[in-house]
Amino acid sequence: MSKSKFPNPHEVETIPGTEGWERMYPAHYRFTPEHKERAEYEKNTFWFNDALHYPVPLYPFDLIWDECWYLALSQYCSSYFCFPPINGIDHRIVNGNVYISENPIKNPEDIPARVPEFEARAGYYFENWNELEQKWVKKMEEIIGELESIDFGSLPVLEDMSVINNARGTSSGYDLLKKYDTLIDLGVRCWQYHFEFLNLGYGAYVTFVDFCNKAFPDITLQTISQMIGGVDVIMYRPDEELKKLAKLSIDLKVDGEITGSDNIDTVISRLEKSENGKKWIEAWNDAKQPWFNISTGTGWYHSDPSWNDDLNIPLDSMRIYIDKLQKGESIDRPLEKVQAESERITAEYRGLLQTDEDKKTFDELHGLSKKVFPYVENHLFYVEHWFHSVFWNKMRDVASIMKDAGILNEIEDIWLMNRHEIKQALWDLVCAWATVVEPYGAYHWPEELKWRKGVMEKFKEWKAPEALGTPPEVVQNPFMIVLWGVTNESISNWLKLREMGDPGKMKEFIGFAASAGIVEGVARVCKTVREINTIKEGEILVSPTTSPSWAPAFQKIKACVTDVGGIMSHAAIVCREYGMPAVVGTGQASKVIKSGTKIRVNGDTGIVEII
Amino acid sequence: MKDRKKYVLWFDECDIGDVPVVGGKCASLGELLKAEIPVPPGFAVTVNAYRRFLDEGGIRDEILSLLEEIDHEDIDSVEKASKSIRELIEKTPLGMELEDYIGEFYRLLSKFCNFPAVPAAVRSSATAEDLPGASFAGQQDTFLWIRGIDDVIAHILKCWSSLFTARAIAYRSRMGFPHDKVAISVAVQKMVKAVTAGVMFTINPASGDPSSIVIDANWGFGESVVSGEATPDNFVVNKITLSIIKRTIAEKEILYTLNHETHSVEKQEIPLERKNEQCLLDDEVVELAKIGKLIEKHYGKAMDVEWAIDKDLPRSGQIMILQSRPETVWSQKKTEPVIAPKKSAMDHIIANLLEGKKVK
Repeated sequence: MSKSKFPNPHEVETIPGTEGWERMYPAHYRFTPEHKERAEYEKNTFWFNDALHYPVPLYPFDLIWDECWYLALSQYCSSYFCFPPINGIDHRIVNGNVYISENPIKNPEDIPARVPEFEARAGYYFENWNELEQKWVKKMEEIIGELESIDFGSLPVLEDMSVINNARGTSSGYDLLKKYDTLIDLGVRCWQYHFEFLNLGYGAYVTFVDFCNKAFPDITLQTISQMIGGVDVIMYRPDEELKKLAKLSIDLKVDGEITGSDNIDTVISRLEKSENGKKWIEAWNDAKQPWFNISTGTGWYHSDPSWNDDLNIPLDSMRIYIDKLQKGESIDRPLEKVQAESERITAEYRGLLQTDEDKKTFDELHGLSKKVFPYVENHLFYVEHWFHSVFWNKMRDVASIMKDAGILNEIEDIWLMNRHEIKQALWDLVCAWATVVEPYGAYHWPEELKWRKGVMEKFKEWKAPEALGTPPEVVQNPFMIVLWGVTNESISNWLKLREMGDPGKMKEFIGFAASAGIVEGVARVCKTVREINTIKEGEILVSPTTSPSWAPAFQKIKACVTDVGGIMSHAAIVCREYGMPAVVGTGQASKVIKSGTKIRVNGDTGIVEII
Repeated sequence: MKDRKKYVLWFDECDIGDVPVVGGKCASLGELLKAEIPVPPGFAVTVNAYRRFLDEGGIRDEILSLLEEIDHEDIDSVEKASKSIRELIEKTPLGMELEDYIGEFYRLLSKFCNFPAVPAAVRSSATAEDLPGASFAGQQDTFLWIRGIDDVIAHILKCWSSLFTARAIAYRSRMGFPHDKVAISVAVQKMVKAVTAGVMFTINPASGDPSSIVIDANWGFGESVVSGEATPDNFVVNKITLSIIKRTIAEKEILYTLNHETHSVEKQEIPLERKNEQCLLDDEVVELAKIGKLIEKHYGKAMDVEWAIDKDLPRSGQIMILQSRPETVWSQKKTEPVIAPKKSAMDHIIANLLEGKKVK
């Protein structure tokens, strides 16, 4: 592979009209040609675009999660567990796109001394996994509880008399700053927890995958994940709740009112008139916490609403289930079948191993992977969905105060500021409130944010290189391998894409073969979950990504294609369950393929063709 | 017809316990069918039929006296006796009842194959376990593309007479095995008319992966694949999930097909429109792989299988297994652990982390 084919990180173009974009993000995120030693390191390192998490450029505020995992993932590799061959993962940002790079232990002589450290530290976690995982759930529920209880209120002209009578000695302005700090702190803490088990989980998983690859060179990742994938994971609960509500509506004979109303408000007002209707509303309200804290996207972007943000989304999804039930069709997940199939596959592979030693290794690694896997799937609900959904709205409360102070024109403008700038702006705001003057921000920010809005639009049009710098000889970080699929093959595929130029001419898309089978059919492109009602029975869903809130769509389609996501992504897991072909992580499919186009999805090879 | 089972048996009525009556070949075909492995349909003409033929034809004594005349030092005299005995057997008519049994079975076979006077292979099925070295007895005697009851019977007689080749006679004499104790069974089996055929390995011959089944296929008879004269379509099937994990459609230049006049198989150019066409449908690939799994289970080891698709047969069972033998390359490798055994999963994780992933 030619090393020169990925651009030098210092020579990436600045898009005309965005000059000065760097100030939108923390300074340490920049590639810095001006610092010679750092520049040398940057040039000789392989940086790849984390399009898996960031399919579109990051708004300055949304960088918060990247800042969080920059720290968290890295610390668990280096100081916390002391993974023998690796330190952390370094981050940079270019034109709103995050580029990451693993930092291995450079001197091989340093590695042996790290082994016993890792054994002791990781060993403790593996041995006490279940107990520690339960503790983890408690910790998460606590911080989510704390998050939910933050009430930003508004800044009063006069403090309430009770503040005086209690001699509290602090003001609402101080409280606002403190609450903002708490909010950010909870976010950072949540992401500390996010990675507490994940590095180890992936470490165990990758080891099992590698063993399987050696014993069965032809095995696909999909089959391996079938052997360890959990069936009863929390990520399925929101969808299960919708199914329960659909069934309940039929049992209570209120399904007609639900399907016959335009939106959730009409549904509620019609159902309130009957006893059965009230019963259903009660069940609906019960399901909201926590199960409707599910993002319609990945949860990483402020722009992904949760079900609780727009109750018409779960309503529409539930209607698809009601429709199925009315036709007498089953909507249950074939749980037992999936479970039995997983057991059969595991037993058959084990049976093909020739030696007792291998059977022992297989049992150990499979057992450990199965133990760690529920966490790998479940943490998503707690962090990316539940916590984030609540968090974005708390930030909107902060934005509302800033809007009142004239710092923001619109609440949604807040995402154009990074978290550090917001802290500063809030200081400005509370000082001005206390002094009873206009805040500086009211003169500065509206103009700046108008410009930033334009920058973001230009970022979105920019075609980010898949990678920058110099490809490495070996990748050692299990995250790089499992999550981002950085391998020889993927690097060459990226290079191929670069050479192709105009994506509009593409007739073929290569992604991960996520669920086996080949089908041909008509594409239905859905950019967001709101569009899943347009899907007709038997079409092929083509979308940027999917999440649990897309689940009802899978009842209608016969295959699925996504732009981002790996073998363990939501679309991949659900398609395997329903036994329909899926190709995920195609990069471009939903941008190029149009609804109505005839396509062939090959879930065996990971190729999608326009035919 | 109450004695029918003494003289003729469908293959699926034969099993391993019947070797003394139907011979090794027919018994193993019966065993394969019991294991749900499809083989070309047909029937066994038992050793009892042979014995009854000797009795009814009244030629038993004559054969024995011809044998007694042999001077074992003199090869010519063995040859001469062999020739006389074989002529005698082949010209002696079959008794009415035996002819009825065999005729009826041949007619039913033709009906099943939906083909009047279906072309058949007539071959001897030695009762080898009875008779050490019986492999001499008619091992070579396989008669292909035999059509019509008269011809079928004539070739059954030829198989019977093959017990008395000069070599077989000499061998038995040398071993002191009585000539009147030997008997042979005959298999009458539909000739497969392959539309598509090829080979299947129940292990990936390239990587040794035991979880894969690899299939090579070309239009026509399997000769083009076995001989390597054509680049076949290639399929890799996951043995456990039965999904096709790799599919390579080749440009196929030649095929072997049946010349209906000469009843022989000849090489032809593949017409342009079929050259690049997938010659084995996905459903058939999966069906075949399922059969591969059964074959491997039946023999308890990785196998190398010849198969064909015969469109004369009822739609539900057109895949036919022609030949199975143990895979030799990977099976003979010493079995060593895939990765060095370690004390615990943790040790495996560390070793794996240290190894990393080569990216170029």
